[in-house]
Amino acid sequence: MTDETTTTTNGAPPPLEPLIYDLSSPGRTGAILPDPDVPEATLPDSLLRDRLDLPEVSEIDVVRHFLRLSRFNYSIDQGFYPLGSCTMKYNPKLNEDMARLPGFAQVHPLQDPSTNQGALALMHELQNWLAAISGMAGVSLQPAAGAQGEFAGILMIRAYHLANGDPGRNVIIVPDSAHGTNPATTAMAGLKVVEVPSDANGDVDLDKLREVCGDTIAGMMITVPNTLGVFERNIEAIIETIHGCGGLMYMDGANMNAMMGIARPGDLGFDVMHYNLHKTFSTPHGGGGPGSGPVAVGEKLLPFLPGPVVSVVDEGSEDEPPLYGLTMPEKSIGRLKAFYGNFGMLVRAFAYIAIHGAAGLKDVTQHAVLNANYIRARLKGTYPMPIDRICGHEFVCQGHFGADEKAGESGTESHEIHALDIAKRLMDYGFHPPTNYFPLIVPEALLIEPTETESKESCDAFVEAMLAIAKEAGENADLLHNAPLTTPVGRVDEVRAAKQLVLCCKPDIADVPSVDVPSVDVPPVVEPPAADLPTPDDSSLPAKQAEPDEGPEPKS
Amino acid sequence: MGDWKTPENAKYTKNDEWILVEGNTAKIGITDYAQDQLSDLVFVDMPETGTMLEKGDTFATVESVKAASDVYTPAGGEIVAVNEALEDNPELINSDPFGEGWIIQIKLGNPDDLDGLLSAAAYAKFCDERDA
Repeated sequence: MTDETTTTTNGAPPPLEPLIYDLSSPGRTGAILPDPDVPEATLPDSLLRDRLDLPEVSEIDVVRHFLRLSRFNYSIDQGFYPLGSCTMKYNPKLNEDMARLPGFAQVHPLQDPSTNQGALALMHELQNWLAAISGMAGVSLQPAAGAQGEFAGILMIRAYHLANGDPGRNVIIVPDSAHGTNPATTAMAGLKVVEVPSDANGDVDLDKLREVCGDTIAGMMITVPNTLGVFERNIEAIIETIHGCGGLMYMDGANMNAMMGIARPGDLGFDVMHYNLHKTFSTPHGGGGPGSGPVAVGEKLLPFLPGPVVSVVDEGSEDEPPLYGLTMPEKSIGRLKAFYGNFGMLVRAFAYIAIHGAAGLKDVTQHAVLNANYIRARLKGTYPMPIDRICGHEFVCQGHFGADEKAGESGTESHEIHALDIAKRLMDYGFHPPTNYFPLIVPEALLIEPTETESKESCDAFVEAMLAIAKEAGENADLLHNAPLTTPVGRVDEVRAAKQLVLCCKPDIADVPSVDVPSVDVPPVVEPPAADLPTPDDSSLPAKQAEPDEGPEPKS
Repeated sequence: MGDWKTPENAKYTKNDEWILVEGNTAKIGITDYAQDQLSDLVFVDMPETGTMLEKGDTFATVESVKAASDVYTPAGGEIVAVNEALEDNPELINSDPFGEGWIIQIKLGNPDDLDGLLSAAAYAKFCDERDA
C-alpha cells in the first residue's frame, strides 16, 4: 500500500490497522491439526502446488486483528443510528437465543419434512402473521432481501398480465421520490420505467399520473409512507387510477415501521408488497446478517407466488398435529433462492412478532412515529424542512448553511456547509450519520429515522448535537469541513474511492506469480433425494471434492 | 445564489441538459447547475455511436459520489460521436461542463425538437427558482 492511499484529505495519517498479510511470519500457525485417523492418500501431482497465498499467523494475531478492526466500526449496540430509510432498530438478544436453539440452528434443508415440522410450523405461522399484518391473502418467505422481494413482485405482476393474454403491459410507473431499487427492479425484470413527479407537498402529482396511464401500464411501485417520510395522502386516488387503467399496485414495504397496526396495504388496495424483516422486524443488517424480503400478495397474485411455500398438507385431528409440507403455488414464478429463504432471519422475525403481539407492534409504530416527529419539531427553525408537515417514522431536513458566503472570485476559503459536512461532524459527537443526499429530489437532504428504539434522552442528545453543529457551521466552518476528527479514519477521499476500484487484501498481490492450476474433471454434485438421505458413513456419498483454487485475484 | 454559467448560444431543458447546435449536428451535455448539484463526478456510462435517439430518451448515466442520474436527450437523432475523454476523466464535466465536458454529438433528426427548449435566460431563472 502506498502512502497516497493512506492519506486522508485533512492530511492526518490515520492509525490504520495493518493488513492481515502484513502480520504474516513464515512458519507461524494458528492451529495444530490432529494426526489423521484415516489412511493417507496421495493427491494427483496436477493438484499440488508449493505456494499457498495465505497469511501465516497465530490465533491471537487473528483475534486481535479482527477485534481491532471491529472497534473502528459503529453498530446499533454502540449508539444512536438514525440512518433514514434503513430502520436501524435494536436487534433484541432474545432473537439470537431463539435462532440458536438446536431445533432451528441444526436443521438441514434436505431433511425429510417429517423430521423438521417445528421449523416448517414456524414458517407457516410467520406467513400467516405477515399476511395478517399486511391485509394480504398469502405470503412467500423465499426472497433473500428487499430488492429480491421487489423483483419477485414485478415478475408476478408481469406473469399475471401474461396469463391474462395481455403481453403489451410492460411499463411500471415509479415516483421521483422512489428508492433506487424500484427502477432497477423494473429494468431487471425487462420492463420499462416511467417516472412521475411529486408535487410541492411531497405527494405524487395526480394529474401527471393520469397523463401516463394507459393500456401499456403493468403497474406502479410506490413506497408508503414515501421516502420523504410523509404519508401519501392521495394513495386511494392513486390506486384507483392505476387499477382503472388495468395496472396492479406494488407497495415497497421499506417503511412498514410507520404502518404496523395502523393501516394495512391490502385494505388500501395494494396487490403485492415486500417486507424487509431486517428493518421492520428487527433482524440484523448493515453487515450484521443477511436480509430477508418476504412478499405478500392479494388474491389475484396468489397463484404466482415464488415457491416453495409452506402449506398444511394434512389437517391432522384432535390427537394428531397438522402436517406441514413444502408446495409450489399453481402458476409460481419459480424459485428465487436455494431452499427456503434466509431461515435464521425468519426465526428472529417470528420471535420479534411473538413477543410484541398485535398491540405491541402497533405500539412500535406509534413510538417510531412519535420519536421522528419529536426530533423534527426540535430541529425545525434551525434546519430547513422542505416538507413541513407531520411525518411518519422519518423526516427529511436540509443540511446547508452559509450559501450566501460562498467563495467569490477572490478565491477565499468557502464558508459553505453541506449535508456531508454535518453528517461527518455527527460522528465526532458519537452518532452514526443520517442518510444523506437521499431522497434525490431534496437538495442537501438529511433523512433522519430514530426508530422506536430510542428513549427521549437519546433523541434529545442527538438534537443537541445537531443544534451544536448548526452553531459551529456559523462560527467555524473549517471544523466541519475537516470532520470527523475523532474517528480512527478521518475524512476519506470519496471521489478517489469511487474512481479507483482497487480492493485488495494482499499488499504485494501484483508480485505474486499466478498459479497455474490445470483443469480437473470434477464429478457432478449428486443431490440426494430428500426422502432417502444417506448417512455420513454411507459409501454412496460422493467423495469430498477438491475445488480448484485459482488464488486471490486483484479486483479492479 | 445563481452564479452558474449558462452560455447564450445553447438551449436547455428542465432536466438540466444543454444542446448546442452546429449546422446539422449538435453537442449535448449536462449544465453547470447539474454538475454543481451532483458534485464530483466519478463515472459516465456512455452510449455507442450509431445509436438512434428520440427526444427525451435516456442516453447516458452520470454518477457522482452522491447519486447516479440519467441524462435525457433534448433532441432526437443519431449519435455520431461520444466524448471518449470522459471515460478516464469524468471530472471534465465538473471543470468545463459546456466545453470539454460535452457528452455526445448527434446528427439532428428533426429540427422541430428544438422548439420548446429553454433559452439561457429562462433556464438561469429556472435554476434560481429551485435554489431559492
